[in-house]
Amino acid sequence: MQINKIKTEIAEMLSDVFDGATIMVGGFGEAGSPIELLHGLIDHGAKDLTIIANNSGNGRVGLGALIGQKQVKKVICSFARSAKGITFQELYNKGEIELEVVPQGTLAERIRAAGSGIPAFYTATAVGTPLAIGKEEKIFNGKKYILEEALNADFALIKADVSDRYGNLTFKKTARNFNPIMCMAAKQSLIQVRKLIEPHQTNPENVITPGIFVKKIIEIDNPIIETNAIEEELIYP
Amino acid sequence: MTKKIFTNAEKGWERGVIASKIANDLPHASYVNLGIGMPELVSQHIKDDREIIYHSENGLLGMGPTPNENEIDFDLINAGKKPVTILPGGSFCHHADSFSMIRGGHIDYCVLGAMEVSVNGDLANWSTGKGIPAVGGAMDLVAGAKNVFVMTQHLTKEGKPKLVEKCTLPLTGSGVVSRVYTDYAVIDITKEGFKIVEINENLSIEYLQTVTEGRVYQ
Repeated sequence: MQINKIKTEIAEMLSDVFDGATIMVGGFGEAGSPIELLHGLIDHGAKDLTIIANNSGNGRVGLGALIGQKQVKKVICSFARSAKGITFQELYNKGEIELEVVPQGTLAERIRAAGSGIPAFYTATAVGTPLAIGKEEKIFNGKKYILEEALNADFALIKADVSDRYGNLTFKKTARNFNPIMCMAAKQSLIQVRKLIEPHQTNPENVITPGIFVKKIIEIDNPIIETNAIEEELIYP
Repeated sequence: MTKKIFTNAEKGWERGVIASKIANDLPHASYVNLGIGMPELVSQHIKDDREIIYHSENGLLGMGPTPNENEIDFDLINAGKKPVTILPGGSFCHHADSFSMIRGGHIDYCVLGAMEVSVNGDLANWSTGKGIPAVGGAMDLVAGAKNVFVMTQHLTKEGKPKLVEKCTLPLTGSGVVSRVYTDYAVIDITKEGFKIVEINENLSIEYLQTVTEGRVYQ
């Protein structure tokens, strides 16, 4: 019997998601945003989710739509402001959604730490700022650092460019961003991929995320482009 | 403390002039991160005698200029989420590696905007204390880059000094700024105060002191 992580239905991808889960959402702005998986999560209906992502969604598609459905209780991100953001802003201003602001590099490092079995680390980022309040301080070689804890997740929703059935992933250009480290930090990383190839077609030199970090894969060959969807005023569901 | 308000501020250097002063101070072969907005102008003023490599926080080293309309790719964007290009010799990496370039001290210079800079080099540029707090990569950049340059107007839109004794807004970093480029002057942060490197030819040191909180000296 062969290993085969490929699924054909989005519902099958998300079958283990539960209420109250912590879910990482890949992408930076729209580059690498797994819009079809996010729409699948709306159809799934899980509630009280904690989302870890760099941003908080645009318009009423993808992450913006999920938040608009009130399925999210908390967002952990570096930048929750956006010219095209609607739903997070509405709920935040009404006090109906929590926000944890994390410096972008600390966010990336907390995710990487989680994927590497490192429970916490010291960093100079944010020392002396409001984001250091309540955090342990320590001096190394005369310089002050604060303690930051790893960010684990139950699931990661990720968009990749190409994969084989093992989950050996490549990403396109700056759509790589948080995706490789989120695949490592989540118990289950769920990947939508533009193109599936046969294992013998995978060049091992070019694999960015090795399959050990991947749980399930689905091919979405013509994914929604967020900018176009917002211009066309697409609303999901 | 109420700040002085200057309604008839002197005409300072144009943005392009400030950008060219910064461009002249970036040495050949530097790895540089330019903040969103005014600092982006710096790349247009680099002379032919040097090659500068631009880093964008979202995993792009060797960033090129804005693409033509027909070459836009929404999977190739900068930290401001605008379409960009990649130059020959450029590379992509994931976010943790990209921020290791910053946090590990590999970026030679970053150029950022400011709301306030204090006399001891504190920077406030991420939050007015109102609205949704959003920090992005600013705190990592100021904590990790070898040199932190600030590019800003000398006064706020309301005519208040941006160079202050002590920042009143939430800090981005403490004691992190090395040099400030404004429309009025180029100023180094030193233990003795704001040290004038260059002053706008239309202004006197006495005037510069009146529009700057904290000691100015030459």
